Amino acid sequence: MADTPKPDELSKVDHTPPLFKGWMDTPVAIKPGIYCYGSKPKDLKYVDFPNPRDWSPAEEDWKLPENWQEIVHEGFKDRLDRFRSVKLFMDICVRCGACADKCHFFIGSGDPKNMPVLRAELIRSVYRKNFTTGGKLLGRFAGARDLDEDVLKEWWYYLYQCTECRRCSLFCPYGIDTAEVTIFGRELTNLLGLNTDWIAAPVANCYRTGNHLGIQPHAYKDMLEFFTDEIEDITGLRMEPDYNRKGAEILFITPSGDVFADPGTFTCMGYLMLFYYLKSLGLDITWSTYASEGGNFGYFTSHEMAKRLNAKMYAEAERLGVKWILGGECGHMWRVINQYMDTFNGPPDFLEEPVSPITGTRFENAKTTKMTHIIEFTADLIRHNKLKLDPSRNDNIKVTFHDSCNPARGMGLLEEPRYVIKNVCNNFYEMPPSTIREQTFCCGGGAGLNAGEDMELRMRGGLPRANAVKYVHEKYGVNMLACICAIDRAVFPDLMQYWVPEVEVTGVHEMVGNALVFEGEKERATNLRGEPLPGMEDEEDV
Amino acid sequence: MNFVLSILFSGFAVMIVVLIPWVGVWAFDLKFLFGIVVPYAAMATFFIGIVVRVLDWGRSPVPFRIPTTAGQEWSFPWIKRNSVDNPKGLGGVIVRMIFEVFLFRSLFRNTSLEYRNADGGLKVNYEWEKWLWLAALVFHYSFLVIFLRHFRFFLEPVPAFVTLLESLDGFLQLGILPLNGLGIPDVYITDLLLLAAVTYLFLRRLYLPQMRYISLPADYFPLFLILALGLTGVLMRYLIRVDITAVKELAISLFKFSPTVPEGIGVIFFIHLFVLSVLIAYFPFSKLMHFAGVFLSPTRNLSNNNRFVRHVNPWNYPVATHTYEEYEDEFREHMIEVGLPVEKGIEPEAKEEEAEKE
Repeated sequence: MADTPKPDELSKVDHTPPLFKGWMDTPVAIKPGIYCYGSKPKDLKYVDFPNPRDWSPAEEDWKLPENWQEIVHEGFKDRLDRFRSVKLFMDICVRCGACADKCHFFIGSGDPKNMPVLRAELIRSVYRKNFTTGGKLLGRFAGARDLDEDVLKEWWYYLYQCTECRRCSLFCPYGIDTAEVTIFGRELTNLLGLNTDWIAAPVANCYRTGNHLGIQPHAYKDMLEFFTDEIEDITGLRMEPDYNRKGAEILFITPSGDVFADPGTFTCMGYLMLFYYLKSLGLDITWSTYASEGGNFGYFTSHEMAKRLNAKMYAEAERLGVKWILGGECGHMWRVINQYMDTFNGPPDFLEEPVSPITGTRFENAKTTKMTHIIEFTADLIRHNKLKLDPSRNDNIKVTFHDSCNPARGMGLLEEPRYVIKNVCNNFYEMPPSTIREQTFCCGGGAGLNAGEDMELRMRGGLPRANAVKYVHEKYGVNMLACICAIDRAVFPDLMQYWVPEVEVTGVHEMVGNALVFEGEKERATNLRGEPLPGMEDEEDV
Repeated sequence: MNFVLSILFSGFAVMIVVLIPWVGVWAFDLKFLFGIVVPYAAMATFFIGIVVRVLDWGRSPVPFRIPTTAGQEWSFPWIKRNSVDNPKGLGGVIVRMIFEVFLFRSLFRNTSLEYRNADGGLKVNYEWEKWLWLAALVFHYSFLVIFLRHFRFFLEPVPAFVTLLESLDGFLQLGILPLNGLGIPDVYITDLLLLAAVTYLFLRRLYLPQMRYISLPADYFPLFLILALGLTGVLMRYLIRVDITAVKELAISLFKFSPTVPEGIGVIFFIHLFVLSVLIAYFPFSKLMHFAGVFLSPTRNLSNNNRFVRHVNPWNYPVATHTYEEYEDEFREHMIEVGLPVEKGIEPEAKEEEAEKE
């Protein structure tokens, strides 16, 4: 694994591309710290993906199948016929440059091929050569070039330096969406067995065990039991989650990151507490070990793989006979649920339109997909005064909120999380407007890039976000970065440690769990992390 | 290919485009070719090309509903939604598209990265940047007005809106340019604005390092063509006058499909006409198709209603999944051990085997 440069070294970024050497004449240089390891054959085999083999991006020979150019050409052609987005986005870019400095990877790396326009041009140039007359006749003068092995490597290197965050698409006057181009390009690389280990392994795990770490059902249950022990220590109350229970009213699906890695685990404890709190009010909810991954690593691979993994949600809901599905805090999971799930695997006629059993609110915006976001669910509860909350328990934190890319630009879930946060804590500060809401910056590790070996890339990609956090940290003393995404919760601790070490990371429902006042609970001395609550710093551990 | 080569190539190409009719008409008197054949061929290419291209885009389906949401979604009545930037239905989409097409809404959001790493540490800012938006707006609207003004050459009598447009466009210059009374006609503001905007759009490609790096000959070529079109037009109007009556006769004859080329039209007009012909013939094969493409863009022309209105993918096909049964078969023992409910118990023989092993 490559050493990551120190922050003051890494932040010396030059955004000026070379003057005379054009990008087509600049071959790709694959740098350690920027790329993820290549996919392993066993993971590809598990999901029947083509061309599984041992290969390494660092080596000269990628062991491509003999007819790889033909495979890519056919795959390209097939997708042009199936996706209007791809076809259109190949044709209509005017290279106005509005997207260029909007990408977090370009801002943090200065690598000109990370400008969204150029990332797409890497592919468009091949499109022109293969599918347009002008490109065939004029070649480079029409911005066209052949697909050779170097170009393929360049594709791979930069397609896996895009987090599909869609910030560029917001600024594009024609709505050209680099995420579409990246998804498409990654589909092509997958035809050749060129995925990354950090995507392919979670895909295989999700397929087999239901979650990306490959945790088997008994271990999944153990983890949740462990959380209930922890909560009992803090509150004196025993949460009673159940699993795979037929006949429950609601199925709860959350990204498995919440179950297995701090600080997501504290968010998971928040869910458990909320559900227990609502039990006496009529909540009838169950967890599934089969559909135990809200996140969809298939989406970082291909539309088809996304569909194959997503299918578990409806399948499990049907098997258990629940009425509707509640989804946990996650980013791209929600883009998939909002923009793809019903189309992939619907219609879920066996489900009913979601209605909150506590408030009676119909979640009309989830009428056909039948899946509601837990932030919507909780916001509705708070609005109807169904939760007794003591926000002062969160008084030791000053919070800012990071809009996750996908709920922001692929859904529009902007106010609900803020409403919940403001009700569970007293100190909330916004980052500058050009870094939040629809203009939010990526964490730097989405779309399957939060591996360890590409740490430099992550620190670079996370620079704009970290810089905005630093700004509110210095201005208001913000010490907690809240988010509603499991990948954020996995990525941000490293990023904060690197750029703004004074700031920690939390999910919104961790703060909800801390603020929830239960009847009959013992006086809490600590928060869910075991840190003393405000005013309890001198208390002995009880 | 670098920017020098791109510019030289495009500049050279446009020079050829200017020279062809110049030589053709001036030296070889090919007025029929440049006055009638070329314009007809160009127009046919333009219209057929656009239709073919749009139909071709339209042939590919939109399998998924993927709007870029740029504001609060529709959720609860007590949360104010952004019905334009995050539309939930057709009405919102129409307004969003109107903003996009007529006002370049997305471009209006543009900011400019200010990245400094000086003594005070790292400073990253996203500064006000509306110049590109402004230049784009000025460019397109000037072009539109100039195009509409040209109706005076195709239509007899000249429609009232054209006369009105002319007087507005010309009226505004009074007091700005003291050229009246010198035998020079009213200066149209849009002529100046178009040339200024095109020049700006060119200079920013040249001056901004990132723009310089991403620009292709296909970016310079149409800019130079439009510049040549504008300059020949301006020359014709203000300096090298041509016989307007004869030009109008030609234009009307073209539109009536009984083309004749009257005598006395200067070469400059044929250059102007040929540049235009090349521009519109090039149009369907170029990035200029963005004008039609923006209407089809799935991140803009769809409403964010996926969770409450079903979107159907026409090529949706069944896929292999890992079923619950397969899952339980693999983990049944573990599940039973920790008390997780299962569909099927362990087969008695299997149990016996287990017992024997122990």
